[in-house]
Amino acid sequence: MTLTTQDVEKVAHLARLQLDPQATDAYSQALTSILALVDQMQSIDTDGVLPMSHPMDATQRLRIDEVTEQPDRDHLQKIAPATEQGLYLVPRVVE
Amino acid sequence: MIELSLAQMAQGLRQKTFSSRELTQAFLDRISQLNPRINAFITVTAETALQQAEQADARLAQSDASPLTGLPLAHKDIFCTQGVRTTCGSRMLENFTAPYSATVVSRLEEAGMVSLGKTNLDEFAMGSSNESSWFGPTLNPWDLNAVPGGSSGGSAAAVAARLVPAATGTDTGGSIRQPAAFCGITGIKPTYGRVSRWGMIAYASSLDQGGPMARSAEDCALLLQAMAGFDPKDSTSIQRNLPQYADALHEPLQGLTLGLPKEYFGEDLSPAMAKVLEQAIQTLEKLGVRCKEVSLPLTRLAIPAYYVIAPAEASTNLSRYDGVRFGHRCDQPQDLEDLYKRSRSEGFGEEVKRRILVGTYALSEGFYDAYYRKAQQLRRLITQDFQSSLKEVDLLLAPTTPTPAFDLGSKINDPVQMYLEDIYTLGVNLAGLPALSMPAGQVAGRPVGLQLIGNHFEEARLLNVAHQFQQVTDHHLQKPSGIE
Repeated sequence: MTLTTQDVEKVAHLARLQLDPQATDAYSQALTSILALVDQMQSIDTDGVLPMSHPMDATQRLRIDEVTEQPDRDHLQKIAPATEQGLYLVPRVVE
Repeated sequence: MIELSLAQMAQGLRQKTFSSRELTQAFLDRISQLNPRINAFITVTAETALQQAEQADARLAQSDASPLTGLPLAHKDIFCTQGVRTTCGSRMLENFTAPYSATVVSRLEEAGMVSLGKTNLDEFAMGSSNESSWFGPTLNPWDLNAVPGGSSGGSAAAVAARLVPAATGTDTGGSIRQPAAFCGITGIKPTYGRVSRWGMIAYASSLDQGGPMARSAEDCALLLQAMAGFDPKDSTSIQRNLPQYADALHEPLQGLTLGLPKEYFGEDLSPAMAKVLEQAIQTLEKLGVRCKEVSLPLTRLAIPAYYVIAPAEASTNLSRYDGVRFGHRCDQPQDLEDLYKRSRSEGFGEEVKRRILVGTYALSEGFYDAYYRKAQQLRRLITQDFQSSLKEVDLLLAPTTPTPAFDLGSKINDPVQMYLEDIYTLGVNLAGLPALSMPAGQVAGRPVGLQLIGNHFEEARLLNVAHQFQQVTDHHLQKPSGIE
């Protein structure tokens, strides 16, 4: 599988990354060689094998549905790049 | 003082041979003297360390101390520390100060340990050489031309150079064991779920696991006792009692069977390393261990399976860095998409971007079955291989890496070459098993790591075998020759 620069640009957009146009070639080469490595997986027949997402096949532990945390908004927003009156600021989305 | 083990330091504190303040100052002096040469620390917290040391001395005076009270350590800069910046080796978090501390950090703090600072790492723990850090590479104290390994390379180099007696690390695909091997120290990756992931910045959540790095198995046992255990804040934390790791160290090894996976001793392994490991195996046999060959036929397939699963999970985890809530934000964003794209592109380095792209591609429409699902199916087969070999033997013994530490700059421009370095460590993470690396000798002045792999929850057995080995050998006491 060869990844063209167009493929890379499409994936970069999905990942919300903006690649330097001069670097796109290098990315497509690197990704192509990584995918060649990854394609070694196809040499093994895995028909009927259940996919494993947790090494001990554990499922998510549930807890009682009750309020346990009292978040301190001012404290948590101290690390935000831009806030106003408790809200996060972003460029205008709706005119 | 700096050459003592943690247990010896604890004894010295109790006998008033030295105070925690003196001990802490001695290590801080080493850091100011030697850190500029190896770049093992991103942040040094001298002032708070001395305050913590004074509190520890007060606790010791009131006999209100834990076995770890007053002992210095450092945290890999992937663990959130309230009030101290946590960068994860990335420009994205260059100015990030976490509003809370990771469970691991809180537990060791409650035990009275003194944190000297935060150690360098590959950006977001993605790397095997420490060269992808935004804060520059850490150098290997054994040889300044060599990498210290990664991603916990700063922790490994700091411990090896005696800048700190112990440090925390994390291991997603070998990131505790490989740098421990390259720097000649001991490190253990516990069973998945043994050590809380809460407050540990996520890379690949089904693989990430924190653990201790120190000079000996005995020191790792002391630290693991305090780090491990159930945490309700981590939804994958294991509810299971902890054994007394220090007690288990002294069990005799008679009657124990170690499996040597033949695929780990094949053509990938450097012949000089094989020779060093052969001697270590003979030493263990003198201690009463029996060794037999076993087979893990899918060993090589762990590389492609890992390099799908880990990037896929990373691309999801790292979607949180959006320039809105915390982390780097670009200047003058034109619109929301521009804000996301430029903040992320400026904040992330090349290897992180590559893995996000691979992961996004593997999870994108039309490719999911061929990549992510396939990798998860292989993950099950690889895990089954480990399980069947661990029915035949008690533990597995293997090299940690195919070669000793490689030269700086030799692999950083070829991601696939770098990924192949992880061949002996990745399978363990896919299967969620505990594994330890300890020094077994040297090749051309660079340390050789021996890996022990156990079944789930067999940490005590791994530490036991490593401790018994370290009782009759002195590889773990060797001092790095590259500095001083």
